[in-house]
Amino acid sequence: MAENGTNGTNGRGYVGTRTIRPDGVDKVTGRARFGADFNLPGQLIGRVLRSPHPHARIVSIDTSRAEALPGVKAVITRDDFADQPSEFIPAGEMMMNYKDVVRNVLAREKALYEGHAVAAVAATSAAIARRALKLIDVKYEVLPHVIDVVEAMKPDAPLLHDDLFTVGVEPKPDKPSNVAKRVEITLGDIEAGFKKADIVVEREFKTAPVHQGYIEPHAALASVSEDGSTELWCCTQGHFIVRAHCARLLGLDIGKIRVTASEIGGGFGGKTVVYLEPLAIALSRKTKRPVKMVMSREEVFKASGPTSGATVRVKMGATKDGKFVAGFAELKYQAGAFQGSPVQPGVMCAYAPYDIENVKVIGYDVVSNRPKVAAYRAPGAPISEFAVESVVDEIAKKLKLDPIELRMMNAAREGTKAAYGPKFGPIGLEETLNSIKKTEHWNTPLRKWQGRGVASGFWFNIGGETCASLTINEDGSVSLMVGTPDIGGLRASLTNVAADELGIPYEKVRPIIGDTGSLGFTFLTGGSRSAFSGSMAIVEAAKQIKAELCARAAKLWELKPDQVEFANGSVRALGAAAEKFKPMSIADFAKIAGKTGGPIGGYGRINAQGAGPSLGTHLVDLEVDPETGRVTILRYTVAQDAGRALHPAYVEGQFQGGAVQGIGWALNEEYIYGEDGKLQNAGFLDYRMPVASDVPMIDAILVEVANPKHPYGVRGVGETPIVPPLGAIANAMEQATGIRFTELPMSPPKVLKALKEKGANGKT
Amino acid sequence: MRYEAPESVEGAVALLSAATGETRVLAGGTDLLVQMRADVVDPDLIVDIKRIAETRSITEERGGWRIGAAVTGAELKEHPRLKKVWPGVIEAANLIGSTQIQGRATLGGNLCNGSPAADSVPALIAAGAVATLAGPQGRRDLPVEDVMLGPRKLALKKGEIIVSFLLPPRPPRSSDAYLRFIPRTEMDIAVVGAGVSLSLDGSGTISGARVSLGAVAARVLLVQEAAQAIIGSRLDLAAQQRLEAAARAACRPIDDKRGTIEFRTDVAAVLARRAALIALDRARTS
Amino acid sequence: MAKHHIEAIVNGDPVEFLCDTEETLLDVLRDTLNLTGSKEGCASGDCGACSVTLDGRLVCSCLVLGCEVGGRRIETIEGMAEGERLHPLQQRFLEHAALQCGICTPGFLVASKALLERTPEPTEHEIRYWLAGNLCRCTGYDKIVSAVKDAAATMRKG
Repeated sequence: MAENGTNGTNGRGYVGTRTIRPDGVDKVTGRARFGADFNLPGQLIGRVLRSPHPHARIVSIDTSRAEALPGVKAVITRDDFADQPSEFIPAGEMMMNYKDVVRNVLAREKALYEGHAVAAVAATSAAIARRALKLIDVKYEVLPHVIDVVEAMKPDAPLLHDDLFTVGVEPKPDKPSNVAKRVEITLGDIEAGFKKADIVVEREFKTAPVHQGYIEPHAALASVSEDGSTELWCCTQGHFIVRAHCARLLGLDIGKIRVTASEIGGGFGGKTVVYLEPLAIALSRKTKRPVKMVMSREEVFKASGPTSGATVRVKMGATKDGKFVAGFAELKYQAGAFQGSPVQPGVMCAYAPYDIENVKVIGYDVVSNRPKVAAYRAPGAPISEFAVESVVDEIAKKLKLDPIELRMMNAAREGTKAAYGPKFGPIGLEETLNSIKKTEHWNTPLRKWQGRGVASGFWFNIGGETCASLTINEDGSVSLMVGTPDIGGLRASLTNVAADELGIPYEKVRPIIGDTGSLGFTFLTGGSRSAFSGSMAIVEAAKQIKAELCARAAKLWELKPDQVEFANGSVRALGAAAEKFKPMSIADFAKIAGKTGGPIGGYGRINAQGAGPSLGTHLVDLEVDPETGRVTILRYTVAQDAGRALHPAYVEGQFQGGAVQGIGWALNEEYIYGEDGKLQNAGFLDYRMPVASDVPMIDAILVEVANPKHPYGVRGVGETPIVPPLGAIANAMEQATGIRFTELPMSPPKVLKALKEKGANGKT
Repeated sequence: MRYEAPESVEGAVALLSAATGETRVLAGGTDLLVQMRADVVDPDLIVDIKRIAETRSITEERGGWRIGAAVTGAELKEHPRLKKVWPGVIEAANLIGSTQIQGRATLGGNLCNGSPAADSVPALIAAGAVATLAGPQGRRDLPVEDVMLGPRKLALKKGEIIVSFLLPPRPPRSSDAYLRFIPRTEMDIAVVGAGVSLSLDGSGTISGARVSLGAVAARVLLVQEAAQAIIGSRLDLAAQQRLEAAARAACRPIDDKRGTIEFRTDVAAVLARRAALIALDRARTS
Repeated sequence: MAKHHIEAIVNGDPVEFLCDTEETLLDVLRDTLNLTGSKEGCASGDCGACSVTLDGRLVCSCLVLGCEVGGRRIETIEGMAEGERLHPLQQRFLEHAALQCGICTPGFLVASKALLERTPEPTEHEIRYWLAGNLCRCTGYDKIVSAVKDAAATMRKG
């Protein structure tokens, strides 16, 4: 385990304790300001006109009647945005293309999904804006649509983009298709691997697209002045990214735009892209008045990113002792209307938890007439790992092996070469398996129609560009500023680090999320990076402060730099001089800062490297009602490697929240489309996210296998928890019913049908 | 959009009768406000009936109970005596939405929303509840099963409102139960609902019964055959099977986002049986 | 039609406001009275982020018209703390880390307070079902349930 603190200066040890979050009081009193809580004098209300068709050519847009309505101040369409050349840029853990971004923000040649933005208005009231939308005349030429990924891959499928040619296949295709990309990773010799296998299990799986389901709808407030200076308040996981995208789409200098991230009401990857932000700026630029835009829940479902639905084929080979010798998978992921599904990470993660010599995984990125997918917590991984974990369970059953023992036997560990490239450093899969095995939960008997399932999961985690500043105030209190929005307790975790690094009380540190004008470029909150990289940047900033204080003390005391040291929040003289000089605290330096060289602060600017993967294992008990197909989750335990938990309560919170999102994904959540290509359940009522009474307490076991590349041993923890639930629940369903469910969600009609077909409910 | 909150039934009827444009009665508002926000309805006049005392009271009447159309689910639950006599009606009303919805949703609104999946309606029909309507021609009583004609279609005439429901007097050894199927534990619209009310004679044999099914047809069904299947029995296995078969035969559901025809039919039979068993158990101990 | 002129009591204080018929109580609270602690997550009564009490009864303010509340008593999250003292529920939510993003928190707190006023010693089952109308996507509800239980114990001790 990493040392508490980086240089032995720390005596307080807030890291690893459950401090009260500094932003907490504002959040329990209603004072905290989220995206829709900002208002400016004279603001207009903006609204979006959306396509009623899943696929249609936009012949013309006539805005004249809307513009004539009293109270309407501006209408914007595709003509208000310059086209963008094809250029790929990172979006969270995924990639996107500006040519597509500009088309997703406002449709150009075609509307590509129901809910695709076609025009936007700004008016003096919401009621007038709503009326104005009805006065915009859009002439559509309705085209045939395609929703399903397998259908979309067929040669005669309706084509979304006539300039989309599959990348990654030889020879280069001469005809466009809906398949944007083919990717492949290989390790060893897959054919030779299967030859060594005593048993081979092959299955096809299907998963439905699911939405991140954050409770706060997207919101933006923009104010553009006559000289082009632009201010934007929005709920986003990355305001620096928003700034970059808006500057690009609107042809502005990045320096002209200042973006302030509001408190953010959930994101899970879904708030890493822009939807309303460029529209609000464009409308404000046209009207020179502030413009506020907030999505309705229906708009959130229809027009912001869900994650992919997919079809996955998995084939695994094992020896009769249970050693995995070959792993093959073929993944077909929906990207939505524009390319860029998370199939790449899906491919890379599929077999990452295991040490297998021969692996081959192929992935396809497929467009269809659905909203463009956005990142969702470990994007791509839950889908491919669900399929693999299901097959692993089947192998255990066939070989009559304990599923935990089988995983243990094949677990990736330090030194394992992953199929996606690297050799792992220390990782904690075995420890999580051991922890689960030791629980009372694992050893409790079950009754009829109850089942217990186990599954493991892997996610890489990322680092990236990160800034943090620490400023010593005049009284010795400290201002901490970072540029990654705090979605789930980041400020508490980072304040623990800052207080420990400087050796001062937690309460003396006040953390804020700085706007884009206050810090250097900071990549977004995503990839489980914000606590990992933020703490590294703070260590760097604190190092500067400590060096500066030591230098000042040496000067004051007329000692050599190596005759002073910083420890426990003070600088003291060493050796013989120690008797002579009373140690000086940070507050002492703060008081005389003006006379000793001016303000004191540190600024960590890093490109964080060394993110360590986090692996986890989940255990679930459930019960099936054989007469209705209804599934009740009875008990749930998560064990995951956190490296080092900066703030255990918020780490547990990530485990618990991810597990429950996974439960929703496994059992009920899905996008339901009609034959007409329209989404039928664009609301919380019929989308069916888990409510409090749907789930039990979620036991969280913190496993800490330190990440040697982080000063505190931290690993990102936010994403891995959503990976194992799908497989764990499917495996428990198999035990409860004797049926291997391969299609998500395992909703009651599907479960009951399967039970009837098997005659398992006694009613065939 | 005009809003009126009259304090008498006559006042409400007069407003609704005189109105020319689209009108809506507002009770709990838990359906109406959603429909307004979604632009499904855009009424010219809203008549709020919650300030009419008669729609807001629960009173004993000739051995039965009269429940105002605008009494909320939460108020029903808190009533000291109703739950003992009509546990099925109360549990059905309490299944309409969350605690928050319970603070507003009413029996009158649940019925007049005109959804075949309304939770309280099968329980009211099984209970033999009668709706008291008031209109320009005066008052009339209508059995609850005759109020809804189809999705969003009601037997109410222009200017008519439901004022209250009368739950009939209860013979000894009687009780009721309501069950619904939803994929989650809360917050969903019923995929199937089943209400059963029954009475036992001195020997424990079912002497009278009413069975109602929701969300399996264009309107909530009163299934006479299902009741006949168990009357005269003690709900032994054979009677249970007859009940299931009758429930199944009565279903005329649709495939939609909430369930398939096959699923709804299967589950309707299961719920009818389970609700009957609960009602039987309650009747024995009542 | 002219706006309605409404007088009501919000968090103990008399307020008056003007509203159109179609404006909800949530619109009034947020846009007219600047009480933005109540949140709009769905506008259909499915998420509970706008929970308030109306004459002591827990409701979704998105499903109440502003013009309905004349003469009535409304309590919002802004009225929960007493002066500088947080309500025990607010305190326990902080201590248990029962919030992550915090957007659902005001609704959960208002709903939990209504629960504890009726049921001082709720079981886990009662807490979960009472709060089923409040969606939280971050926490998986675990720490919320613990915080409510703990707050109930604190409040019973007085």
